[in-house]
Amino acid sequence: MRQYFKNIFIAIWTILVGLKLTFKHLFVRAVTIQYPDVKLKLPERARNRLYVNIDDCIGCRQCEMACPVDCITIETVKALPNEDLGVTSTGNKKRLWVTKFDIDISKCCYCGLCVYPCPTECIYMTDVYEFSEYKRHNLIYHFSNFTPEEAEMKKRQVEQFELEQKMKKAKPAEQVPVNNPESGEKKS
Amino acid sequence: MPEIFNMLIASFIPLLFILIYAVVILWVEIKVASHVQDRLGYMYTGGFHGIAQPIADLLKLLTKEHITPANSDKIFFTLAPVLVFASSYAAYAALPFTSTFIAANLNVGIFYIIAITSFVVIGILMAGWSSNNKYSLLGAMRSVAQIVSYEIPTVLSILTVVVAVGTLNLQEICEIQKGGISSWNIFKYPPFMLITFLIYFTASLAEVNRTPFDIPEAESELVAGYHTEYTGMKFAMFYLAEYANMFLVSGIAAILFFGGWSSPFGKFLSSPGWGVFWFVSKGLFFVFLQIMLRWTLPRLRVDQLMYVSWKVLTPISFVNLMMVGLWAILK
Repeated sequence: MRQYFKNIFIAIWTILVGLKLTFKHLFVRAVTIQYPDVKLKLPERARNRLYVNIDDCIGCRQCEMACPVDCITIETVKALPNEDLGVTSTGNKKRLWVTKFDIDISKCCYCGLCVYPCPTECIYMTDVYEFSEYKRHNLIYHFSNFTPEEAEMKKRQVEQFELEQKMKKAKPAEQVPVNNPESGEKKS
Repeated sequence: MPEIFNMLIASFIPLLFILIYAVVILWVEIKVASHVQDRLGYMYTGGFHGIAQPIADLLKLLTKEHITPANSDKIFFTLAPVLVFASSYAAYAALPFTSTFIAANLNVGIFYIIAITSFVVIGILMAGWSSNNKYSLLGAMRSVAQIVSYEIPTVLSILTVVVAVGTLNLQEICEIQKGGISSWNIFKYPPFMLITFLIYFTASLAEVNRTPFDIPEAESELVAGYHTEYTGMKFAMFYLAEYANMFLVSGIAAILFFGGWSSPFGKFLSSPGWGVFWFVSKGLFFVFLQIMLRWTLPRLRVDQLMYVSWKVLTPISFVNLMMVGLWAILK
């Protein structure tokens, strides 16, 4: 019988204790923030969207090899001897046209392994984390300055140059007469 | 003809009150819930702290499709929400909002309210059974068991008040408690009236299926209880009825124990206009208390629920009734 009344008393008492607690919390400052309006400051080394400063890229493919999920695709074309690509901001000489530098950000696992090997520090993580898209192909970022057509043209140019080089190398060996006066006469 | 017109107005005022109150309390409930949990809740709709969100919710519910399950009992399925809301709305007829306004000044006002609110049970059972869903039926059965067993302590505690004041007319009960805070019923026959109030408030929480007695709707166990299968406006009717019931039991608590429309300062601020203010604010205070309890207490188990009703509230309210009756006779 004593226990019975004690239980009732404890029930009422604990309800009051609980009410006091919840009532206090009515006036506690909210711990949540109004996200799109207010954003939390990211940690200093937070890893989010990748960015490539293509002007500094020397096309060494270190990042492509480091990527564990193969989300980086690079295609390069050798520069012709008469073309000067200049130097990067770190002073490295650029020798290759980077005709394609695609990052499929939907595959990216934000490990940051591509960032460390880069000799010119041109690939790095930014603090942008809002980049959702409605179409999946929009998540493939093209960092190269070349359009596919331009890249194709560049490739053909180099192929032609290489062919010419080969021809030049081959010509002296075969000793083919360049000017044939006879054939010229026949034509006329 | 003017009599009918008067009656129409008299019946329209409580409906208008319920609708406005439901919109406000929807917002308050969400806001209290989020602030208790240190969140912000609605912040956008309508500018200041999402003030227009309940209106947006209501419009959404109004435009939603009505889905009637294929194997449900179609007549009862459509009838149930109407019955549930109608019974809680009908009970408002006997609530004295102020000294000059009461929709129906009945001699047996409180008895009428107890009788008419029993229809809610039928509506709930109807909804649960007709939707042909296990969760709905389970919820409805739990609800009926709960309401029926908690009706006894509720009625016994109301009876205690009736013994103390000697009338069933709610307007007269308010009239008796007119002389300021000291003449409120809760301070009469100490401490029995206070215990009566505690019993009434606890039991009324169970009557309106609020936490900690929300086992009929237990989200984590029963999806949503008896209104699982309802959509659109029919679903909204259940919600409206629940909020209407919340104010109804709070209003009765205010009338029976805290003087209803009478001012706590005696003659000061006791005109009929202020009467509405006092009654509504007293009622809303208990609604607020119910909301706070919802976010404070965990849900009871079914056996604990029955324990509280049959082994605690009912015997104590019996003893209470006898003590107050004896005191009233001896006085």
